[in-house]
Amino acid sequence: MTGFFQRNGIAISTYLILAVVFWVVLMIVLPQAYMLDFSFRNNLPPAKIGGPEDVYTLSNYRYLVFGSPGSADAFNYLHLQVFLRTIIASIFVTLIDFALCYPIAYYIAQVAKGGFARSMILLLILPFWVNEILRAFSFRILFGTSGVINAVLQSLGIVDQPIDFLRADVALYAGLSYAYILLMVFPLYNAIESLDHNQIEAARDLGSPWWRIHWRVVMPHAKPGIASGCTLVFMLSAGALAAPQILGGPSSLWFTQIIYRWFNTGGNWPQGAAYAIVLLLACLVFVLAVMRLFKISLGEIAR
Amino acid sequence: MSADVELDHVTIRFGEFTAVKDANLKIEDGEFFSFLGPSGCGKTTILRAVSGFLEPSDGEVRIGGKNMRGIGPNKRPTALIFQNLALFPLMSVADNIAFGLEVRGVGKAERRKRADELLDLIALDGQGDKKVGELSGGQKQRVAIARALAVEPKVLLLDEPLSALDLKLRQHMRTELRAIQQRVGITFIYITHDQGEALTMSDRIAVMSQGVVQQIGTGSEVYENSQTAFVASFVGENNPFTGKVAAVDGQHALIDTSFGRLRGRNLRGLSAGSEAMLFVRPESLGLVNGQGAADNVIESTVLHSEFEGSFFSVFLRGDGGKDIVMSMTNSGNLPEFHEGAAARVGFRADRAVVLPVGEVADE
Ligand SMILES: Nc1ncnc2c1ncn2[C@@H]1O[C@H](COP(=O)(O)OP(=O)(O)OP(=O)(O)O)[C@@H](O)[C@H]1O
Ligand SMILES: [Mg+2]
Repeated sequence: MTGFFQRNGIAISTYLILAVVFWVVLMIVLPQAYMLDFSFRNNLPPAKIGGPEDVYTLSNYRYLVFGSPGSADAFNYLHLQVFLRTIIASIFVTLIDFALCYPIAYYIAQVAKGGFARSMILLLILPFWVNEILRAFSFRILFGTSGVINAVLQSLGIVDQPIDFLRADVALYAGLSYAYILLMVFPLYNAIESLDHNQIEAARDLGSPWWRIHWRVVMPHAKPGIASGCTLVFMLSAGALAAPQILGGPSSLWFTQIIYRWFNTGGNWPQGAAYAIVLLLACLVFVLAVMRLFKISLGEIAR
Repeated sequence: MSADVELDHVTIRFGEFTAVKDANLKIEDGEFFSFLGPSGCGKTTILRAVSGFLEPSDGEVRIGGKNMRGIGPNKRPTALIFQNLALFPLMSVADNIAFGLEVRGVGKAERRKRADELLDLIALDGQGDKKVGELSGGQKQRVAIARALAVEPKVLLLDEPLSALDLKLRQHMRTELRAIQQRVGITFIYITHDQGEALTMSDRIAVMSQGVVQQIGTGSEVYENSQTAFVASFVGENNPFTGKVAAVDGQHALIDTSFGRLRGRNLRGLSAGSEAMLFVRPESLGLVNGQGAADNVIESTVLHSEFEGSFFSVFLRGDGGKDIVMSMTNSGNLPEFHEGAAARVGFRADRAVVLPVGEVADE
């Protein structure tokens, strides 16, 4: 600690420590603590807050699992289903992004060095200057029943009736995958770029087919990058709101949409907080479990 | 299948730049063959053409008589040891060695057995479970060799594999490499810019400069009978004297230099009047006493001398205005060389070569 102060000087050290503490406490710990607190409370009108009914309760969590006490079903099937579906769909989006981005990242990082690689990266970034809402709506135009894709398919005579991509959730998957593609490409690119090209050639020289080179040499080396890319995409997909709102089919809800309704139209903050906490914890547990499975430590992800 | 390697008029261009010009040679099965040349002369490029990472722009690479064009590096009977070794850091030593077998679908137990055998060969027995990072430089070197040998290549290609090691280890590994080659009996193609390595290990050496193979021969041929000014100046130390051929006398040529008329072997059949260079090695020079029986005599002054243990290097300023190096073996009763003293040195015509004027390697 004294070494830290000596190295950076009193002023800078103090600033650094305060900034980090401020960041962690004010931006992360406090709001989440409030949410956690909320989630265990009853939804009371302002007048009753602090009164005798303002006690801690598990009812908000119970509601997610079992539904309202008066309902006929044993479980809250609707919400649980949406929850499960959100997690599974997010896994899908993550896999799609990985499948799309790994070849691109490999190509830019190991095959096309220099100017061409730089212009490819630029091409990847440029679309993200357009804001998220605009991008989502442009996907609606692309995938709508009278959209560009259907028009092309029909004019080519491949289909006679337009396909409802929105209802089939194709637009949603496409939109979500597209939204987080950069968060996958860059960690992958960084990780693959640091691999000595000679190792790839050595593997090839020893007779390895291309897929085994990736499986045994490139991917193990890029594992931290793969982990951080997948974690980011999975977490953000599961927590996305705009894309599901705009691109999701009428019958398919995203868990965040339910949370949003509790907070917003439902006006039930404690209930929304409980749902949000469950989503957060589920995502964390899932990610940690997968990392455990692939023997990746948290430190590696931050590399 | 025999594994001779032929380069048939191989030319390799990168855009406008020609990295290898018309290399034409045949490396015999089981030979230890070296390419020797300064940095950037195209050695790695030749090796990559043999291993299949690039195709010659013109000409053919043949291994065992078979044209290799269109056959990728994973399908050629060669194995390459990279300049930086390129071991797989995330695999154990044994997995590194067995990687080529894994690729070929060899079962786990069999792989391990082969890896252990190879670890024996490179004197690293029992260290198969270590991580690559836990090995010393020389051990990594040997693991790289074992990994390449595991796939039983017909030809082993080595790209300056010792350059990262310190001097002692490098000298030790020379002997080791040569011994391994004799044990496995396959063709080794070795690349180096270190003439000591090339001379000590190789059956034959190809000396290269700027993409051109200048001379091919055994170490002593290249050293004693250098065919070009570049080879004479790059391989070992040499004293060059520039001049014009005055006359040809049987096997010898007489060349007029600033030191007067000197005589040397006319290896390239130069005729009178052509521009030429005479090269004489430091160890071929000696003091001339009294009348002197040497074919060539040079009057000079001692600049300084260096004691190198087994021999002395004496630096002389010739009366013709040029610095000359002479080395004398330490026989125990060497004369003393005082700075500024006059010295008469000479050499036998048979110990000097007269070559056409050409590019000279800078020290
Ligand atoms: N892929 C390439 N594109 C363009 N030029 C290249 C390429 N590879 C090699 N060269 C050029 O060809 C020449 C020979 O390179 P090479 O790597 O064969 O030299 P080298 O003899 O192995 O040198 P060193 O001892 O430094 O390794 C160099 O001038 C180099 O710049
Ligand atoms: Mg090289």
